[in-house]
Amino acid sequence: MPNITRRATILGASTLALAPLARPAIAEAKKYGPGVTDTEIKIGNTVPYSGNASAYGQVGRAHSAYFRMINDQGGVNGRKINYISLDDGYSPPKTVELARQLVERDQVLFLFATLGTAPNTAIHKYMNQRKVPHLFVSTGASKWGDPKHYPWTMGFAPDYHTEGYIYAQHALKNVPNPKIAILRQNDDMGVDYLDGFMEGIKSGLGPDGEKKIAQIATYEVTDPTVDSQMLQLKNTGANVFFNITTPKFAAQAIKKAAEIGWKPAHYLVNVAASIGVVIKPAGYENAQGIITALYQKDVTDPFWESYPDYRAWREWMAKYQPTANPMESANATGYIQAFTLMQVLKQCGDELTRENIMRQAANLKDLEVPMLVPGIRLNTSPTNFYPLRSVHPARLEGEHWKLFGELMTKAE
Amino acid sequence: MAAQPHSWATKAGIGWGALVFWLFMATLPLIGFVWDDPSFDYWMFMGQSMLIYAIAVLGLNLLTGFNGQISLGHGAFFALGAYIAAILMNDAGWPYWATLPAAAVVCFGAGFLFGFPALKLEGHYLALATFSLAIAVPQLLKHKAITHWTGGVSGLVLEKPDPPFGVPLSPDQFLYYFCLGVAALLFWAAFNLLRGRTGLGLMAIRDHAMAAATMGIDTALYKTIAFGISALFTGVAGALSAITVAYVAPDSFTLQLSVYFLVGLVVGGLSSLPGCIIGGVFLVLVQNTAQSISNWAKGTFALAYDVPPWAIYGVVLLLLMYLLPTGVAGGITRLRVWVARRLAPPVPRASEPAVIQRQTTEAD
Repeated sequence: MPNITRRATILGASTLALAPLARPAIAEAKKYGPGVTDTEIKIGNTVPYSGNASAYGQVGRAHSAYFRMINDQGGVNGRKINYISLDDGYSPPKTVELARQLVERDQVLFLFATLGTAPNTAIHKYMNQRKVPHLFVSTGASKWGDPKHYPWTMGFAPDYHTEGYIYAQHALKNVPNPKIAILRQNDDMGVDYLDGFMEGIKSGLGPDGEKKIAQIATYEVTDPTVDSQMLQLKNTGANVFFNITTPKFAAQAIKKAAEIGWKPAHYLVNVAASIGVVIKPAGYENAQGIITALYQKDVTDPFWESYPDYRAWREWMAKYQPTANPMESANATGYIQAFTLMQVLKQCGDELTRENIMRQAANLKDLEVPMLVPGIRLNTSPTNFYPLRSVHPARLEGEHWKLFGELMTKAE
Repeated sequence: MAAQPHSWATKAGIGWGALVFWLFMATLPLIGFVWDDPSFDYWMFMGQSMLIYAIAVLGLNLLTGFNGQISLGHGAFFALGAYIAAILMNDAGWPYWATLPAAAVVCFGAGFLFGFPALKLEGHYLALATFSLAIAVPQLLKHKAITHWTGGVSGLVLEKPDPPFGVPLSPDQFLYYFCLGVAALLFWAAFNLLRGRTGLGLMAIRDHAMAAATMGIDTALYKTIAFGISALFTGVAGALSAITVAYVAPDSFTLQLSVYFLVGLVVGGLSSLPGCIIGGVFLVLVQNTAQSISNWAKGTFALAYDVPPWAIYGVVLLLLMYLLPTGVAGGITRLRVWVARRLAPPVPRASEPAVIQRQTTEAD
């Protein structure tokens, strides 16, 4: 009996003593949505690990590797990340099935960086009807940052539209008497880039800007080559070439332009700005002076060796993805996305509800993210659902992209 | 085209087994009223997918299993049905249920027309011709001239239907019943088609076209009609998939889809109706299970490499083909024959030795 009393007294005393300290903890009461416990946060994702688009699967592997590192370091606010990344093979009906599996069966807190325009379009409505965060979708289409109609979906990378706009501005500023030829892939990516570019031209020259376009040639993803398109474009005598292609065709176009001796100011979209997959096969000598826009550090460029974030990335690659190819830029893309997500989760503290996830994702202020081009900062607000709005122009010199000029940002 | 002999083809009416099966399927959504789990709607959705795949496989089975014409392009008819449903709902404002007959009619027409060039081709050549269809369709769907209706690469987002007349079901429970109703109707139709004159004609052509022709079967007509009906079934499955997924895009109908149907058909069992259901279930379940096994293996054994789920899928497929070369339904039939033989009184040895010889080889 006396024992118990004494213990009770001690308990009471210690509670009293702790009371002032405990108060903030009480004010910040733990609030959990589905998939969250004191030790775990469950996050869902879909990427194509198989099928035609399986090259993108590396982004998902990079996420997993990053979360493994976070878990080894003790997790976020003491909670480990349980990352469920599933293969949708870039097939929209499969994405719907998997999103439903993740949300309804596996009870994840939210979906993160689901990949592809068509797969994300397929689940866009579902996620918003269910009120489940659909964060940092991995696609460049320009419809993801629409908080008014889709308050649960948020984009990530600079969209194609913005990028196209920036090239147009650059061309108008730097090429006297521009006469523009465009090669574009016949899909939604091609349309988005073109729309942005035309908007840029019109904002610079007014409605007459369209007259500066000499020709727009298109090709299908299934075409064997773009040689004939390149000949047509050259014959227009254009001095600006906007190259809206995916890697295989980009390499062909660059090579063909050199072969037929056409030397316009050449703008190559970020989608195809890979040194390893595009520039090297096309021949470095054929690609000198090509202009693109970067937001992520070129992983192949030793120039970045002096930057601590690049060295940290290399170490992470060696430790957590020893079997992956360090020349693949997807490893940096996944790293950047996962880092940003960790910031959102840190900001959430112990209030890990779906509402708070969206609130914090829309509350990123000047966030510096490793592996982005220096100077780029992430910003979001309740009305701005495009975290990354800046790109840096770069020119091919030797075997690497060399940044020049200033960071270009599209206003909100 | 080694097909098992089927007793049902001569049986009258609808089989008791089938009736019990469909009634059982109809009770599944009722579990939702006792089992209050958020994942229940997901399982209903999986059920819809299985039924849809089963119908698509049934369509292919009518052509390949019962008529002996190989198709690697049924994904194209599936896509056609899906787009007809999507466009009618999106542009013309049709109610979802009314799009099914429309998809059926259009797909029958398309299949029938494709059946004419197919007459000239057999075996591998026909497979290749249909293959071209599967390759061409996703491209055609993106074509500029029809982008206004098809939505081009971005596809069409649809409204998911709610249960009518305030029926106290969740949308997924209701859609499950909708799919179940359509599936039951189509299986019943196929059953009756096959046990009638037409079905026997189709199978006679499969087994020996020339003999069938000498018996007075118009092989050209039967073969083209088989193509049309087959496309009709698969097209209706496509329309159902557009309604339940509430989205169509060219990326949904890749070449792989056509191959899936063939896999479902072979795994389930050629020229077997219950085999189509097994094929549909296989297509949905095994893929997901393969992924779970892959994740489990990676986690449990702390592997540095991913275990590719498709490799697991491939191994499962190989094992199945090795153990059950005539598909799951064929395997069940074999088992039944074996059990029946064990139970049956021994055949007197002395009489008709030649016949006994043949029976054993047939059963093997």
